[in-house]
Amino acid sequence: MVGSGEMASELSIIGALEEDDPGKVRPARPNVVQVENPAVSTRNVNAFYGTFLALRNVSISAPKGEITAIIGPSGCGKSTLLRSLNRINDLIPSFTLEGEVLVGDQNVYESGVDVASLRRHVGMLFQRPAPFPMSIYDNVVYSLRLDGRQAKATLDDAVERSLQQTGLWEEVKDRLKAAATGLSGGQQQRLCLARTLAAGSDIILMDEPCAALDPISTLRIEELMRELRGTITIIIVTHNLQQAARVSDYTAFMLMGEGRAGELVELGKTDEMFKDPVDKRTEDYITGRFG
Amino acid sequence: MTQLALGTPGLRNRPALRRRRAKSALLVGLLIAAVVVAVGVLAWVLIYVAIQGAGALNLGFLTNTPPGNPSAPGGGFYNGIVGSLIIVGIAAAIAIPLGIGAAIYLVEYGRGRLSSTIRFFNDVLIGIPTIVTGAFIYAIWVTRFGFSGFAGSLALAIVMLPLVTRTTEEMLRLVPNELREGSLALGATRSQTVMRVCIPTALPGIITGAMLAIARAMGETAPLLLTTLGNDLFIEYNPAKRMSTLSLQIFDNAVTGFQEAQARAWAGALTLIAIVLIFTFAARFFGRRVRTSNA
Repeated sequence: MVGSGEMASELSIIGALEEDDPGKVRPARPNVVQVENPAVSTRNVNAFYGTFLALRNVSISAPKGEITAIIGPSGCGKSTLLRSLNRINDLIPSFTLEGEVLVGDQNVYESGVDVASLRRHVGMLFQRPAPFPMSIYDNVVYSLRLDGRQAKATLDDAVERSLQQTGLWEEVKDRLKAAATGLSGGQQQRLCLARTLAAGSDIILMDEPCAALDPISTLRIEELMRELRGTITIIIVTHNLQQAARVSDYTAFMLMGEGRAGELVELGKTDEMFKDPVDKRTEDYITGRFG
Repeated sequence: MTQLALGTPGLRNRPALRRRRAKSALLVGLLIAAVVVAVGVLAWVLIYVAIQGAGALNLGFLTNTPPGNPSAPGGGFYNGIVGSLIIVGIAAAIAIPLGIGAAIYLVEYGRGRLSSTIRFFNDVLIGIPTIVTGAFIYAIWVTRFGFSGFAGSLALAIVMLPLVTRTTEEMLRLVPNELREGSLALGATRSQTVMRVCIPTALPGIITGAMLAIARAMGETAPLLLTTLGNDLFIEYNPAKRMSTLSLQIFDNAVTGFQEAQARAWAGALTLIAIVLIFTFAARFFGRRVRTSNA
């Protein structure tokens, strides 16, 4: 304890030295990089809980088949942003949104959009793995059965394929009828990923998917994310900067602005941003000066 | 740090620590006493009823109707057992689906003022004395259609409904929101989420709640006095007619003053407890099977 205290004060000394460095040259990239042909993008999104403005004028874009991380301190609206992309935040009665959320070129908040199909297309992984209290098999084919009865071969096939994709097949193939709640936390989260893949999602939103997992399970999930990269677009909210640095191709940094509304500060390629951020506040955050 | 605390003799027998230990021991003692009293009274009731009832309880008691003369020995409560099962069965068939439906609405769909109003009235309904429920059914039903088993069922349904609603509601609230979001995020509609995830998850608790309501209805006497009135001498399977129930027969026989009748009342009380216990165990068993086959 004593040691870390010293380290913190050392860090703040370094911070203080750098703080007023007027000679510091900022890179000439734009604050927010716009990608071509994004899988998901938002345009000037303002989000409200009742009258409280939770997101102010957020425009992000997430490139197809790549991993975009959203980072920022607690309460900066990361989760609100993520949860508005598949309209799961509609469950909160007071939630309203202005602006556009585009999946491909479809504004998902337009009237007439079928929310169920949207969510099938844009899957989601939550903080705590929450397998349904049924068998492993039934969990995986949950979304398929929503359309009515399916041929057993179709279901079997989907189960094997998506469990293979998430590296669970070898671990559970002999006990597919066993309760999913008996799996370990990491396995449960991979099962949740498998059922999302079985639903046919090609965009997956992850809301701190490793927050409840041990380091080894966390690495396993990160590995899977890298494997899915290319076919699946992933947007991940994380508190863990190292995780963002390890796993993502692009990073969006958000902060609480005026009136505690979340704002997008910077969005760019992860390696560039972590090496050489455009915005001073981004630098402060990723060097651990606050957050 | 631990070394310091244990290795320093001065820290061991501080008066403050002794006081804390004493308080803690006192509290544990009080809790144990409370458990002993609570379980003890329950055991006392059960054992006492068993001893008193066992004398008159035999196969004949379960298969015969009471003798015409209440002071005569023998006879049984067969008509009451049949009446209780039929009346409570009908009441359950009315109240359980309605109650579960109302709870689903309150938890999964209802929001805002309407649902909090409904919840409030539901709580009020739980507190209404059952004799009032009986009087209500008497006024709106019995005065038009006469006494009948079905009128008793209506009264018992009103007694059961808020209980079923309340317990189902609590059970549905215990379903983690993650499961709902997980289901919706997979493209399920709200009703699919309720039917496929929420209800199955909460089912063991819902069953237990329904069984508690049934047990409660089995023992109710007051609302039946004013609705089905009782029918002590004949076996009656038709709920459109006056029926007897176990609770009514216990009451009627207990107040006669004849020893033989009171012996029957004790035996009836034991039978009632046995039926309730059988239902409870069946519910436990069934609930557990549902859980394991589901989970």
